[in-house]
Amino acid sequence: MTGFFEEFVHALPSVGEGVAVTLLATALSAAVALIVAFAFGLLTRSTRLLVRGPSRFTVEFFRGTSLYVQLFWLFFALPVLGFRLEPMACAVVAFGLNFGAYGSEVVRGALEAVPRTQWEAAVALGMSPRQRMIRVVMPQAWVQMIPPFGNLLIQLLKATPLLSLITIADLTFEMDQLRSLTGSTAQAYLAVLVIYYAIAAVLNSFMRAAESAAKTRLGQDPGGS
Amino acid sequence: MWSWETAREGLPVVLSGFGITLLATVLGSAVAMLLGLVLAVALRTPTRWVTLPLRVIADFVRSTPLMIQLFAAWVLVPGLNALTLGIAVLGIHYATYTCEVYRAGIDAVPRGQWEACTALSLPRRRVWRAVILPQAVRNVLPALGNYVISMFKETPFLSVIAVQEMVHRANEYGSVHFAYLEAFTLAATVFLLASYPTSVLMRRLEKRLAR
Repeated sequence: MTGFFEEFVHALPSVGEGVAVTLLATALSAAVALIVAFAFGLLTRSTRLLVRGPSRFTVEFFRGTSLYVQLFWLFFALPVLGFRLEPMACAVVAFGLNFGAYGSEVVRGALEAVPRTQWEAAVALGMSPRQRMIRVVMPQAWVQMIPPFGNLLIQLLKATPLLSLITIADLTFEMDQLRSLTGSTAQAYLAVLVIYYAIAAVLNSFMRAAESAAKTRLGQDPGGS
Repeated sequence: MWSWETAREGLPVVLSGFGITLLATVLGSAVAMLLGLVLAVALRTPTRWVTLPLRVIADFVRSTPLMIQLFAAWVLVPGLNALTLGIAVLGIHYATYTCEVYRAGIDAVPRGQWEACTALSLPRRRVWRAVILPQAVRNVLPALGNYVISMFKETPFLSVIAVQEMVHRANEYGSVHFAYLEAFTLAATVFLLASYPTSVLMRRLEKRLAR
């Protein structure tokens, strides 16, 4: 154990780099996923079949085909077709589309959960569809979206060890190096798990803060307990 | 470029792993559903020295990556075959989710039901078995079904400990014949064909139970 600990301290810079890569992938993918979630969340609510149909299909496609396969498809199969993406780009595209598709259901559900009377009141006040969405509906729906988005963010973080399978030097990769260097397999895996747990805890508290901030803005739960 | 011939030849190879994928999903779900229920009931006991460690462990398992749990179990528990180990890890991982589902389902059983049991002075065992669980489980079935679907889509992770499931087979076929495009496209199609109808059915069940 002391041997591993010394090596671990010694390897801290590279472990730190691994953490940075993992966090970067998580942040970029989350940003893409958020955009995809809103785009498809709104599109699948369209009253036009020509808009709704294809977007429903896209969402079901990315929810239904397994993230693992999507990532490997982008990394191994796409080059056969003549397009080669950087490994990190593969990861961000695959994670962004997959988690974005799940997120779009969150957006759709939250918009549907805003009481009908709120829409009607906004219409009665003569607001334009844009104003209705931005000033009345979205702030209320947003509060409902944050907790499920938080869950998706943790899921996304938990999917990042896949990066090490497509040659990216993320946290898992660096720990694997350390593992083969020291031969302390159990300690190395325990260390990765603990680091992931710590990152998840930070992200969780961040999302909780976002939720109470959004609630306070709405006038619910004043003080944000 | 895409070749229909390669795809036709690869299809049986890819499908040959589908049995393992299904087996892992079915057995993994069984573990997750039973263990989740046990965990949910155990977390409601009033003794803190039981609930606190359980809560910490469940929280830890829930927020750390499945892939690393698989690796760790693979080296820490020698002597088990990869499939058994994979099913156990998958089941334990998902039990930490289903436990929350059961908890919400148990909380949703009206207080009056508990009070009635107290009034009838039913023994605790019977309260759970005859009154609370039948009502709770019916409410949570759709949510459990959704976890089965997502577990199905996470079975490819088992390939990291060399379980010969579908994606593992696809990957092998792809690398040997240089047919990654066909192999992974087939695997994706099988996932879509299997999971989409199931999720439509689950949604319908959810609507029916909600009425």
